[in-house]
Amino acid sequence: MSGFESITSRSVALPIANIDTDQIIPARYLTTTTRAGLGQHAFQDWRWLADGSPNPNFALNRAENAGAQILIAGDNFGCGSSREHAPWALLDAGIRAVISTAIADIFRNNALKNGLLAIVVSPTEHASLLEGAGEAITIDLHTQQIRRAGHAPIAFAINAFARQCLLDGVDELGYLLARTDAITRFEGART
Amino acid sequence: MTATTLFEKLWQAHLVEADAEGLPAVIYIDLHLVHEVTSPQAFSVLRERGLRVRQPKRTLATLDHSTPTTPARADGSRDYLDAATEAQVNALIRNCADFGITLHGYDSPDRGIVHVMAPELGATQPGMTIVCGDSHTSTHGAFGALAFGIGSTEVGHVLATQCLLQHKPKTMAVNVWGRLPAGVSAKDLTLHIAGQVGVSGGTGHVIEFRGDAIRALTMEERMTLCNMSIEMGARAGLIAPDGTTIEWLRGRRHVPQGDAFEAAAQRWLAFRTDESAVFDRSIDIDATAVKPTVTWGTDPGKVVAIDAALPAQDGGNTRAFDYMKLQPQAPIAGARVDVVFVGSCTNSRINDLRDAADILRGRRIAGHVRMLVVPGSERIKRDAEAEGLDRIFRAAGAEWRQPGCSMCLGMNGDIAKPGELVVSTSNRNFEGRQGKGVRTVLASPATAAASAVAGVVADPRACQQEIAA
Repeated sequence: MSGFESITSRSVALPIANIDTDQIIPARYLTTTTRAGLGQHAFQDWRWLADGSPNPNFALNRAENAGAQILIAGDNFGCGSSREHAPWALLDAGIRAVISTAIADIFRNNALKNGLLAIVVSPTEHASLLEGAGEAITIDLHTQQIRRAGHAPIAFAINAFARQCLLDGVDELGYLLARTDAITRFEGART
Repeated sequence: MTATTLFEKLWQAHLVEADAEGLPAVIYIDLHLVHEVTSPQAFSVLRERGLRVRQPKRTLATLDHSTPTTPARADGSRDYLDAATEAQVNALIRNCADFGITLHGYDSPDRGIVHVMAPELGATQPGMTIVCGDSHTSTHGAFGALAFGIGSTEVGHVLATQCLLQHKPKTMAVNVWGRLPAGVSAKDLTLHIAGQVGVSGGTGHVIEFRGDAIRALTMEERMTLCNMSIEMGARAGLIAPDGTTIEWLRGRRHVPQGDAFEAAAQRWLAFRTDESAVFDRSIDIDATAVKPTVTWGTDPGKVVAIDAALPAQDGGNTRAFDYMKLQPQAPIAGARVDVVFVGSCTNSRINDLRDAADILRGRRIAGHVRMLVVPGSERIKRDAEAEGLDRIFRAAGAEWRQPGCSMCLGMNGDIAKPGELVVSTSNRNFEGRQGKGVRTVLASPATAAASAVAGVVADPRACQQEIAA
């Protein structure tokens, strides 16, 4: 994964609580054996009407939101299944960060491993960001701040290791493989 | 020595490297379960990097998610939804052959839903760490194993290193006191608890279910409960092993046999929370107050007792009411049912099929209802047929299918039509989960069967009283 510093983009509001992974990408699109090309199915059943045309009422379909990379979503985003296809689909659809008041554990883990920032803010900060949806905001991973013109920066917490992996492009599998001796010792001690 | 929780004991026993300032722990994984949907990308990474599977003997695969539930044709071909689905199944068959992994495929008498099959074989054991690219891996926590779902990247990590990088979760005790009333099942209790904890109440925590009501549950019932820990947002669910656990495992294929089993049982029973251990959070549930319970909304925390009215409309549930086309403050009982599904890793075990069959024996399902009964494994299918349950289902007008995940997530094509209402014994009632526009009411096998007969969402206790009388 390449080094990651900051994103500046228009934000899009999706203020629905408990957006589950079946909404992010329905199970019928999990039949692939690769990671590529899932973006067209991101939010499939909300984004496309029965005749295949874009749903004009869905935020990501509005012309002014084209190219937006930051989602401000309702509470408990990404609940449900462990499908990594969810962050793969969002990234392929151009989304690089999701901000919510709570993010489900497995989704957050999967997202960070793929360079999709999953950020939790307080309800007050969330409400303020929702009010400003449509404006450009900057998410700075280095300083761990969300910046928005005319407002105080919002500090966010992120797991230190995940942050380091994103900033430095650390490969987690390589990190684990480098511990092969310790793993072998552990296995030897148990048998 | 400090008093510790069951979770803490499991965590400590699997630390290859403890967490340090800014670095996660390296946790050893005892059993890695693999299925066709979330593994192909992980095997691709192994191939790209020239890696082998570190511990093929700690890896066990099956076919379940995208497999058809109709029988194979005479020429061996199957009724796959599409070419991609078939290719995905074939990819797992090839990957298991190439990397030396045991696969319980179509030719195996042990094939089944991954979370049904592994316990049946005794591969799931107390004191283990168990992962799978599937969120319902929490099921195996019923045995006192630390079991949780992972994404495909982590599937690759475990294949290559038998380890995961983990940050230590917090602990939450769900204490369930008293005995469940007659006619109230483990699924009802599970949905009731999901309603109390909420769908994000367990986020960041491992739940341990405790109390006399939990001790009274059979292993199948404990699996139903732990299965849905993830629906409470929890990383995992746990129940400490006890005599019920030991007796259930005795003689199963993968457990030690003879004296070695007794020795293992002693080790397993040590995986329990010390009396004075402290949990980060704790809630109490009164089992005696639980009634047959179903979901009415589009997340598993929106539950209602079968004889109660739905809540009033508010800002938090308007979307769910709109999608479900249900009236606020009206009873859920009596809502017209189109499809009934008995199956899934939550409720497809032999006791679940018996519960449904007890209601259907000598009855017919309503003319407008379609009912699918999908056993969780080949073994359960054989056992059910030996007991004649399949004949009861067929005589009642239900379809008796081949094992698999089927309509729980519908990726094999077992789905309902837009707008239809499905009473389902599965675990998720998300929008579109069982087909685009399909409305799902989660329920116990008894409630599902009673609803199939009535043609509307129905209280199973009426049927059960009739049987008793």
